[in-house]
Amino acid sequence: MSTLLKISNLSVSFPLENGRAPIVDNLSLEIKSGEVLALVGESGCGKSLTALSILRLVPKPGRIDSGRIELGSRELLGLGVTGMREVRGRDASMIFQEPMTSLNPVVTAGQQVMEAILLHEKVSRQAARARTLELFKRVGIPDPEARLDAFPHQLSGGLKQRVMIAMALSTHPKLLIADEPTTALDVTIQAQILELLRELQEDYQTAILLITHDLAVVNELADNIAVMYAGRIVERGTRLDVLKTPAHPYTRGLLRAMPGLARRGEKLNEIPGTVPQRAHWPTGCRFCTRCSEVFEPCEKTVPDLTQLSSTHSVHCHAVEQKIHAAADVRLSPGEGSSQ
Amino acid sequence: MAAHHVSNLIVGALLVLLLYVSYWVRHQRLWREALLQLWGRRSISLLVLSLYTLVALSDSVAWIGGTTSTGDAVFAHDARSLLDRAFDGTSEKSYSAPLASQEFYGGATLAHPKSHVLGTDIIGRDVLYLTLKGCRVALLIGGFTSLIAIPLALLFGISAGFFGKWVDDIVFFVISTLASIPGILFLIALIMALGKGTLSVCVALGVTSWVGFCRISRGETLKLRELDYVHAARMLGVSNGRIILRHILPNLMHLVIITFVLTFSGLVLTEAVLSWLGIGAEGSWGQMIAQAKDELSRDPAVLWNLAGAGLAQFGLILAVNFVGDAARDVLDPRTLKENQ
Amino acid sequence: MLAYIIRRIGYGLFVVLGVLLLLFALFFLVTAPDDIARKAVGEKAMPHVIEQWKKNHGYDRPLWPGDGHYADNLLVDHFRRMLTFDFGRSDADDTPILTRIRQGAGPSLSLTVPLFLIGITLQIVLALFVAFFRETYIDKMGVFLCVLGMSISALLYIIGGQFLIGKLLRWFPISGFDASPSVIARFLALPVLVGVLNALGGGVRFYRTVFVEEIHRDYVRTARAKGASDARIMGRHILRNAMIPILTNVVMEIPFLFTGALLTEAFFGIPGLGALTVDAIMGNDFSTLRTMVYIGALLFIFGQIVTDISYSVADPRVRLE
Repeated sequence: MSTLLKISNLSVSFPLENGRAPIVDNLSLEIKSGEVLALVGESGCGKSLTALSILRLVPKPGRIDSGRIELGSRELLGLGVTGMREVRGRDASMIFQEPMTSLNPVVTAGQQVMEAILLHEKVSRQAARARTLELFKRVGIPDPEARLDAFPHQLSGGLKQRVMIAMALSTHPKLLIADEPTTALDVTIQAQILELLRELQEDYQTAILLITHDLAVVNELADNIAVMYAGRIVERGTRLDVLKTPAHPYTRGLLRAMPGLARRGEKLNEIPGTVPQRAHWPTGCRFCTRCSEVFEPCEKTVPDLTQLSSTHSVHCHAVEQKIHAAADVRLSPGEGSSQ
Repeated sequence: MAAHHVSNLIVGALLVLLLYVSYWVRHQRLWREALLQLWGRRSISLLVLSLYTLVALSDSVAWIGGTTSTGDAVFAHDARSLLDRAFDGTSEKSYSAPLASQEFYGGATLAHPKSHVLGTDIIGRDVLYLTLKGCRVALLIGGFTSLIAIPLALLFGISAGFFGKWVDDIVFFVISTLASIPGILFLIALIMALGKGTLSVCVALGVTSWVGFCRISRGETLKLRELDYVHAARMLGVSNGRIILRHILPNLMHLVIITFVLTFSGLVLTEAVLSWLGIGAEGSWGQMIAQAKDELSRDPAVLWNLAGAGLAQFGLILAVNFVGDAARDVLDPRTLKENQ
Repeated sequence: MLAYIIRRIGYGLFVVLGVLLLLFALFFLVTAPDDIARKAVGEKAMPHVIEQWKKNHGYDRPLWPGDGHYADNLLVDHFRRMLTFDFGRSDADDTPILTRIRQGAGPSLSLTVPLFLIGITLQIVLALFVAFFRETYIDKMGVFLCVLGMSISALLYIIGGQFLIGKLLRWFPISGFDASPSVIARFLALPVLVGVLNALGGGVRFYRTVFVEEIHRDYVRTARAKGASDARIMGRHILRNAMIPILTNVVMEIPFLFTGALLTEAFFGIPGLGALTVDAIMGNDFSTLRTMVYIGALLFIFGQIVTDISYSVADPRVRLE
């Protein structure tokens, strides 16, 4: 599989009381074609901004300060307005968290999907309408003929999200960016939408960048996972790597905190403290204020990349130290060399 | 009690109010920060407004006595304000151009050559003096009227929103009826019925302008009533009066300020129209402009009356509009929350 | 939908009755018939002259329905006549009010309709333009100019317009009116121009706010993510949503097209309904004034009902069953 999307050293900043502060800080990410990468993190860690940056939809006063984003062979950050418009909706599509407000309330569902097609392909309106009807059937919208002419407020949340998915996949994009697609939906609907996304991903072989804070969702869909905290990626690996053998203290804390693992009457595990405000980010590892394994270098130095396996890597001083200690033990001559 | 005593008392009361408010604001972080932000954005406009207010105040403090420059015994028994006394004895016989030495028509020498910055009017009064006197009238129209209209609107609006049911029905019906008569027509009808004069104008303007804000405060109260902490207060048995005073009213304050500033300019402009129709307030800029209209058709035209009143009015309203916009941005509930 | 319309009209009639009551209070109680008579014949007139005047103009009956006077009193009379559009005669010069209204409607409309159409179009176009460039210098300059324009009194616009264009530049006549089609435009040019300028500042500002509000909505982000151009978003997405508040605003203006622009007509010598009202003020003509206020209120209430209905037509979310 070839690399489809490559984000290198992306920094996005917002103005604060005294100057600008990076919300996404020197972030690098890769997605291969056909792969589902989940970008996991708490609210405010910058994952949505990362996603928006790909399509250059960062809202003012935010600004992309530096970095490269390569989709296929094109470098996106250098594209002009017309070039970007071609990419949006055709090479890469996006669906959003709030289906309630993401659809235009005075335009019918069918027309909105047709617009996505007509913007990028020279087809007749009838052809677009026919394709939309097929898409509606494909995403599981019951009574699709009637729903073509329905207004968004006449559809339930789940149906609206299906319309959004139809709209996003209508042009067979290579990359689908899904920003918390199920967070605003009921649990039962969530499962259906995730199932739908999995089917469509297999059918169309679309790569998906799935933004979420819900580890259950990750478990359903993701091939690979990247964990994000306060603007940086702290751990990445395959689904099994991260969920079965988490390395970073934050990831471990997240997994421990899942209510499903606790028994009745037990105190829920939580990660102590809260995400520090942007103005108070420490110079070193940003998790150090809440980390159970914090020690001397954590506050001042940013952790380097530590490769745990060919697929699994982490940014953590504690892990790095443990690895080196283990390596030292194995390598040192003298005591224990007979083992 | 003579008119000038009332006026003096009101000035005193306003000063006391100002002291109280500034003391209170110093201890309320939210309002203090809002005020500082406002100052940061619109310091020029705020200074301009203070200037207008000072001039208006100088015309509001009056007393009888003292000497007149002409030694005129008649005038010594009228209450004259600070402003009156400052411009005492500056009149001419008739028109003169700004900073002229001769009368405009005829060329006779003036009593006070080169001292009238804006010239004199048809009966020789200094136009700058008249313009400055207009400040008081404008602030009266804009400010005082709002001071009547806004509490009235709050009273009915909160009652309607909070108590609901038949109180709401009655208030809503009254609002609908009053709002159904187009503003200017209603004003005209009221003033014709009440008799012309500054007080009638204030009352009429007050009656017609409370309706809009009443609707807004009713709507907001309806929303606030459903908030969780209001429900909690009711369940705890807190009396309705306390709930309104401590929970509803403070949350309407930002709307009060914005409405006050925004309707201020509307009132002053409307008064100008009323003046032209002959039913405006005494000595207002609107009146000056209306009178000046005829002067324009003279040959050569007399411009300074119009210029003085027009620019003064424009300056005040522009400053109020700027401050009002900035106040609305600063007091927007969204920005208020962010500052916390 | 029909049920809603009927209910709405019903409430509207109720409000009309309220208005009539208010007018009665203003024009018969606060200003007693004696005062009206005195204003007409003079403060120092003899009592019998006043009584005669009152009799001629129908003010000589009792105010309230007392015993035996159920039909013949001013209150019932007032209600009955206003509701049947029997407006009677002017207090000032005895001409039938309805005739004057018929005569004045035409000139008023010929002024207000072009003013309205040109004004709205210009305001929306400028607002779209400024909103498109929001946060840039164009936007800031635009808003500044709007506030500037809003701060100038209507009087100044009229006087300034008359002076500059009428007297100095002599492009159009300062005032007067001639209904013949060949010259009517020349007489209306200046009043329309002045009227449009007067309303421009506030209008552009208002519509700009509407457009900017819409620009921040989520569906705009979705449209952008689809690859739609900014122009398309403005025209097809935002405008359609902004139409809702715009339409309600516009429909509310329609009643005022009839009542005429009071100041403008008086200043420019256009013999419309506005000038009629101004004459009534100047001449202490209470019966005409009463009628004009009543008509204004009627049109306003009518306008509100139409606005409510059009709101539900424009916004598919608000379909009133």
